Amino acid sequence: MTQPRTDDTAGLRSEDNGQPPYLYADYVATRLRAPKKPLIILPKTLSDTTGPAYGRQSIGELDSDLTRQHEGEPLGERIIVYGRVLDGDGRPVKYSLVEIWQANAAGRYTHHLDRHLAPLDPNFGGAGRCLTDGEGRYRFVTVKPGAYPWKNHHNAWRPAHIHFSLFGPAFRSRLITQMYFPGDPLFGQDPIFQSVRDPKAMERMISSFDLETTEPEWALAYRFDIVLEGRDATPMEDH
Amino acid sequence: MGSATTPSQTIGPFFHDALLDEDRSELVAPDHPRAIRIEGTVYDGAGDPVPDAMVEIWQANRAGRYGDPEVDREDLPLDEGFAGFGRSDTVDGGKFSFVTLKPGAVPGPEDQPQAPHIMVSVFARGLLRRVVTRIYFPDEVEANSSDPVLSSIEDPELRRTLISVDEGGVLRFDIRLQGDNQTAFFGFSDE
Repeated sequence: MTQPRTDDTAGLRSEDNGQPPYLYADYVATRLRAPKKPLIILPKTLSDTTGPAYGRQSIGELDSDLTRQHEGEPLGERIIVYGRVLDGDGRPVKYSLVEIWQANAAGRYTHHLDRHLAPLDPNFGGAGRCLTDGEGRYRFVTVKPGAYPWKNHHNAWRPAHIHFSLFGPAFRSRLITQMYFPGDPLFGQDPIFQSVRDPKAMERMISSFDLETTEPEWALAYRFDIVLEGRDATPMEDH
Repeated sequence: MGSATTPSQTIGPFFHDALLDEDRSELVAPDHPRAIRIEGTVYDGAGDPVPDAMVEIWQANRAGRYGDPEVDREDLPLDEGFAGFGRSDTVDGGKFSFVTLKPGAVPGPEDQPQAPHIMVSVFARGLLRRVVTRIYFPDEVEANSSDPVLSSIEDPELRRTLISVDEGGVLRFDIRLQGDNQTAFFGFSDE
């Protein structure tokens, strides 16, 4: 099914790059929040090719291990989530902040507005952060989040996911996304996942199970590589 | 050819513990002699406040230099301790606020100066991608009139949504996501 390019999505060039539109009516909350006027295209200037280095000082060792932030260990399936952050030209995004948050194994967030009737886990807060290394690599230890219901439509369930927030090298590379797990049966009915119309782009939000990195007797591993827009969207010639 | 970018997804409603556990809304102390205060409310298309948004800002310092170590403009001074980045929630009735310094002018396309401005990202439940806007300053009439970005917006009403309003000690900048008086939002160019 092809999506008509109406005024509702006009000017949204990055849609061609597999990005979701602002208005996706199946995701009900977009209906009153999606801007409808065409975007104004900014010329490339220092205002968007520079970016903040937020968080370089304030990250603790336990911030990337969500299973060791409390007195005991959280319940659930222990997992390693790791990958690389790259720009569109394949260059590593170095020493850049990665922030994550997620539901616990039962599908419940610690947030006071989450009313899902699933148990909180006193040993799981669900928030983590780390910096990528010199090759753009990051790694978290956590538990696999549960699916949870929401009120978007009748019998609506979010597929299991981990929220990722990334800065990258520039204001223009800022990205908040969600990492999904392979083979989730809930993809088909989830309008947030489905808002990304291009099947290849959908694949880029799904982590891959990695037996090589899985640690025997300890934790399953999922790999999730992330590609951000670079400082320069067009490839630079390196000489 | 490079790789395609990872798609954006909504921030959802449950980000506060992870992203706003420390207050990043004051880029300088409120008693800083040159501190300015910016306040606004995020509204949806029905005119209702959006209490589950996150607003981020990125700006140059007073000299017009961005605090990005990889893009030095070494002729201009860096401010110690001024990172130029801020974050605010909108939990209190859709309201956000920042205490910061007014940025200097920064170069634009073909070295044409841009009027002082602050880059803004808004994330929220119901926004599958962030929206990007800019805060300009009401006391920069001349610079605003020759700013290449403001000048590129033909509709004067839309242009006006980008200029904060001086309310005596506070600059007001409301963000309307949708509707007749929608704020001007930006996409990025490759050129």
